[in-house]
Amino acid sequence: MRRETILNFSLLGLLFLFPLWAWVADEPFLITLATRAVIFAIAGVGLNLALGFGGLVSFGHALFFGLGGYAMGILAHHAQTYVPMFTWPFVIEGTTSMPIIWLTAIAVSALVALGVGALSLRTSGVYFIMITLAFAQMFYYFAISWSAYGGEDGLSIYVRNEFPGLNTMDPIQFYAICYVILLVMLFFVFRLSRSSFGLMLGAARQNEDRVQALGQVPYRMYLTAFVISGAITGLAGALFADLNRFVSPVMFDWHTSGEIMIFVILGGVGRVLGPVAGAALFILLEHSLGGVSDYWHIYLGAILLGVVLFARGGLFGLIAGREVAHD
Amino acid sequence: MTDPVLEVRGVSKSFGALIASNDINLDLYPGEIHALIGPNGAGKSTLIKQISGGLRPDSGRVHFAGRDVTDLSTAARARLGMGRTFQISSLAMDYTVLQNAVLGALGHRGDVFRFFRPAMTDPELLDRARDSLETVGLEEFHAVRTSELSHGQRRQLEVAVALTLSPKVFLMDEPMAGLGGEGSHRLMGFLDGLRSQAPILLVEHDMDAVFALADRISVLVYGEIIATGTVGEIRENPEVRSAYLGEEDA
Repeated sequence: MRRETILNFSLLGLLFLFPLWAWVADEPFLITLATRAVIFAIAGVGLNLALGFGGLVSFGHALFFGLGGYAMGILAHHAQTYVPMFTWPFVIEGTTSMPIIWLTAIAVSALVALGVGALSLRTSGVYFIMITLAFAQMFYYFAISWSAYGGEDGLSIYVRNEFPGLNTMDPIQFYAICYVILLVMLFFVFRLSRSSFGLMLGAARQNEDRVQALGQVPYRMYLTAFVISGAITGLAGALFADLNRFVSPVMFDWHTSGEIMIFVILGGVGRVLGPVAGAALFILLEHSLGGVSDYWHIYLGAILLGVVLFARGGLFGLIAGREVAHD
Repeated sequence: MTDPVLEVRGVSKSFGALIASNDINLDLYPGEIHALIGPNGAGKSTLIKQISGGLRPDSGRVHFAGRDVTDLSTAARARLGMGRTFQISSLAMDYTVLQNAVLGALGHRGDVFRFFRPAMTDPELLDRARDSLETVGLEEFHAVRTSELSHGQRRQLEVAVALTLSPKVFLMDEPMAGLGGEGSHRLMGFLDGLRSQAPILLVEHDMDAVFALADRISVLVYGEIIATGTVGEIRENPEVRSAYLGEEDA
């Protein structure tokens, strides 16, 4: 077996066994920690599609993370206050059903990604980084000023939303939901990366002239990747809000964009499970270094610097070596 | 005589005061190799870009396969059947040789928006890709990463990828640049047979190759075509000799 495959399965195994152990040992806090890691990993898997496979350095993925969060917050808020969202032209009620919330988060994020992507992808390089950042910040300030949904204070939800047949307030059951979603997303991205679309997207990243000479339009490849990427990160946002039973403008903040980017870079850009490794490492560092100093980000910064300077491929590059071309 | 597959009619392009293309007329008939020669800076690459779609002419039209393609993008022209090879190898360098060829087959089939089925196990794509690799003699290198190929092998792969597209014309921008004697000899033999598949507009510096291969030659000097004719006519043309061949011979 290739080293990358071994690393993949060890990571997934660890994320399966660790919460199980925490559950047996009755350490709900550690389960919550693992849930955070898994949700961050999903957000990173989303960004990785744009950043890793498409070469699109989006510094605005907090936008989708936040949209997912607010999709959950707003729907659940209306459900718990028994006030419909709209009464005209037809009545739309809030909901506490997770599957409906997820679908809403995915749909809204995809739609916004389509608009933001269509505009942003007319630029490239540094301009693309800046324009995606600008869009996310726009939503950040909008969320702050939208007092109907809590403004700067955000929205609190009393009870976690419902999933048929499960008690979502039980940490291990909510973890199971997130873990399965991560697996589904990983499978989807794995297949996508080897599909016709994935092959051509990777070619566009490497050489746009080549793709055009083959009769394909790089812009369309990028836009499609950006939309799927935003949708996945949006789903992660909905889960994250449900984990905390709270959503606030911070989810839209550029710090959040930066963190999602860090998961991808720490783990390994363009490796399917890279963001999983990155998010796990991030949570591990946050937990262990956060106890040492409030300024643990300094150490994170140093590690990130080390990765960028000496281990371009992130954790995956370090352990599994350069990506092997897959036939 | 049949209609030309590719027609360039009165194309002009200038960059500031520099006139890169001045009222250029050029055509390519089925079954021929039409070579475009000219000294460095004559505007050969600029002309190729205007034909393939990377640059818009200031005036004039480009007709291809019976329609006006002047307003079409590079990708749209490629889909109509323009197979281009680049002067500087333009390949997906992180991919293997086979992946690059499959990419061409995929471009030819056109269904890139498939998200689930693996491309590299699709027999139709693989057959087409392997066929073209075999034609240029690269099949034994199919698993090699493209960035690890030699310069000459990359040129071969460029041609192989163009082949997977089954184009109606080939636009080849200096396919032999940087090839050794043996390599360019092989490629010449190969191009010689290729013209029956689709006509070739060949930009080339190697005069021996041009005189050996071309059915017709156009000479571009300072953005103007000063002569078009058969190999014999071009050899004898006094204007060409003084403007271009004379310098080469000296």
